[in-house]
Amino acid sequence: MTTSPAYDLECINVSKNFGPVRAVDDVSFTIPSGSFFSILGPSGCGKTTLMRMIAGFEDPASGDIRIKGKSVIDKAPNKRNVKMVFQHLALFPMMNVYENIAYGLKCNGASKAEIERRVRDVLDRIALPDVAEREIHQLSGGQKQRIAIARCMVLDPDVLLLDEPLGALDLKLREAMKIELKLLQHQFNTTFVYITHDQSEALVMSDHVAIMNQGKFEQIGTPQELYHAPNTSFVAGFVGDSNRWSGRMTAINGDTATVETDAGLTLLCSPAGSSKPEAGQSVEIFVRPEFIQAHRQGTSPAEDAPAPVNQLDGKVDSLLFNGANSRVLVRSSSGQLIEADVTLTGGTDDLRPGEAVRLVWSPQQTMCFRT
Amino acid sequence: MQKDVKRLSLILLFTPFALWILLLIIIPHMGMVVLSLREKVAPRVYEYGLGNYIDFINEPIYWNTLLRTGSMSLLVTVLALLIGFPIAYYIAKIAGNRTRGALFLLCLVPLWVSDLIRAFGWILLLRETGVISSVLQWSGLVHEPIEFLYNDVTVIIGLVYTVILFMIVPLVSTLDGMDNAMIEAGYNLGGSGPTVLRRIIIPYAMPGIVSGCIVVFMLTAGSYLTPILLGGKNSSWFTEQIYDQFITRFNWESGAAFGFLLLVFTSFVVWLGLKITGQTLANTVARS
Repeated sequence: MTTSPAYDLECINVSKNFGPVRAVDDVSFTIPSGSFFSILGPSGCGKTTLMRMIAGFEDPASGDIRIKGKSVIDKAPNKRNVKMVFQHLALFPMMNVYENIAYGLKCNGASKAEIERRVRDVLDRIALPDVAEREIHQLSGGQKQRIAIARCMVLDPDVLLLDEPLGALDLKLREAMKIELKLLQHQFNTTFVYITHDQSEALVMSDHVAIMNQGKFEQIGTPQELYHAPNTSFVAGFVGDSNRWSGRMTAINGDTATVETDAGLTLLCSPAGSSKPEAGQSVEIFVRPEFIQAHRQGTSPAEDAPAPVNQLDGKVDSLLFNGANSRVLVRSSSGQLIEADVTLTGGTDDLRPGEAVRLVWSPQQTMCFRT
Repeated sequence: MQKDVKRLSLILLFTPFALWILLLIIIPHMGMVVLSLREKVAPRVYEYGLGNYIDFINEPIYWNTLLRTGSMSLLVTVLALLIGFPIAYYIAKIAGNRTRGALFLLCLVPLWVSDLIRAFGWILLLRETGVISSVLQWSGLVHEPIEFLYNDVTVIIGLVYTVILFMIVPLVSTLDGMDNAMIEAGYNLGGSGPTVLRRIIIPYAMPGIVSGCIVVFMLTAGSYLTPILLGGKNSSWFTEQIYDQFITRFNWESGAAFGFLLLVFTSFVVWLGLKITGQTLANTVARS
């Protein structure tokens, strides 16, 4: 009787250089069984290299990769029970759907009857029972996507790697596939490792997200943690939208710090990050647009509020209408543009370009990081 | 107006092609067919009949030569494929971007020299007093001169050397169009090296393989210089028979029949090859 290890995938101090460039720098992480894990980072941050090392197409310069507790460093790519959905899917055009899915089973030496049974079974599970005899070029984008996943899942992998597979799809389909991928992951209950530079894909689908930058993991956490409690200024700036200022901290009093920005504003902030900034240091300040309220000047209720707040006067520069996610772009007196969420109902109450407004937000929602 | 311009440009583009097909392909071949059906019954008296073709069937040396030419051409095609495929794979998939161009150029360099000069190059190497024989004698491995020319092996080596480029070019272009991820997917899904080659790379490259094979087979079966120069009288190449009929015996009727038979025979082999590999000519030409 063996107990299954708690982690499907562990990377321990993995590094990789390409010439003088350190593509992956001492990355360690563990992924619990059956979870949806995303690695999110700008292009060129090393996320694809990291995934290719997990799949076995690149050898790490140092460190260890374990799958289900066993090191796979010395195993060839075709001996690892890690399957991969490629960026452009890499379905085999000279085979039909059935043959594409059966390919891996044939490589494993499964019997004809078993191949038949398992291919039909996986096609049922991805809800495409009738496409077995189709050629690849006859499938739609979303169907190709699902076949590429089925081709891997039919082999019962310990870990499924997905390399930005939604990149080539149009927006509507991408939105639909996000939900579908999450459902598929639940259904197969296999660990998915999803690589992307699109934060909404990562945030919507994942149980845990790792933010990668310049070969290093900046932070690993749930999407909520990353959004509301980023550890570094990179994470704060990369995940979600933010208004940002840079400045110098002049004083700190408990949880509230006073910061003088380069443009001469004085803001109240909450020090954030793993190493909290101290008085006298230069800092970066992030405020999410949804935490800023825009009031028409003279109607602001916050002026006599008991708690101290940040206030900024400005003029509406333009309205960015996007349904429920509409925003107003306000030009402050110092000339900076600030984004704030607003509700635009289409009525006469809506803000209009040129109006004077007062922006109000609380110090708790103003994160400042040491730079 | 627009329509007229379109039609005019179509006619202008199509005319040279039509002239080429008509003047250089259809008319000469029809002439050949007509010529091959004439029999000389007396000086300057001709009758139409199948006599030239019946002669061909009745004389074993003729159809043996044709079969020998066909089978040796097939062997050359297979060898060119076996040697050319790894080279093409290296150029298209393994070499870096800059080496790729250089390697491709190196393959093209021999084409700058004519067939004739290249065949003489081989003769300088292989004849009794040639480079290889001399080196072997000098090193003491053999004690008398060796003649490497005038045998089938030499003819095949020479032919493979002449035609291999026409195998490499279409192979490189099909393999170049193959996404590397497809090969990686082949490994990722559990395939070993040979499985990936057999199940993924070769099926993908099939149009290139077939078109390369067609070109190489046709060129080899119709080649004249290399078999004659490297094989001498022993080569018994079918083109040599045709030449003999036309020039030596001045029997144009029989030569025309032989020429037509060579065309029919090679076309039949190509058709058979396409049938066996399950490719169509259109597919092959379009993909490579």
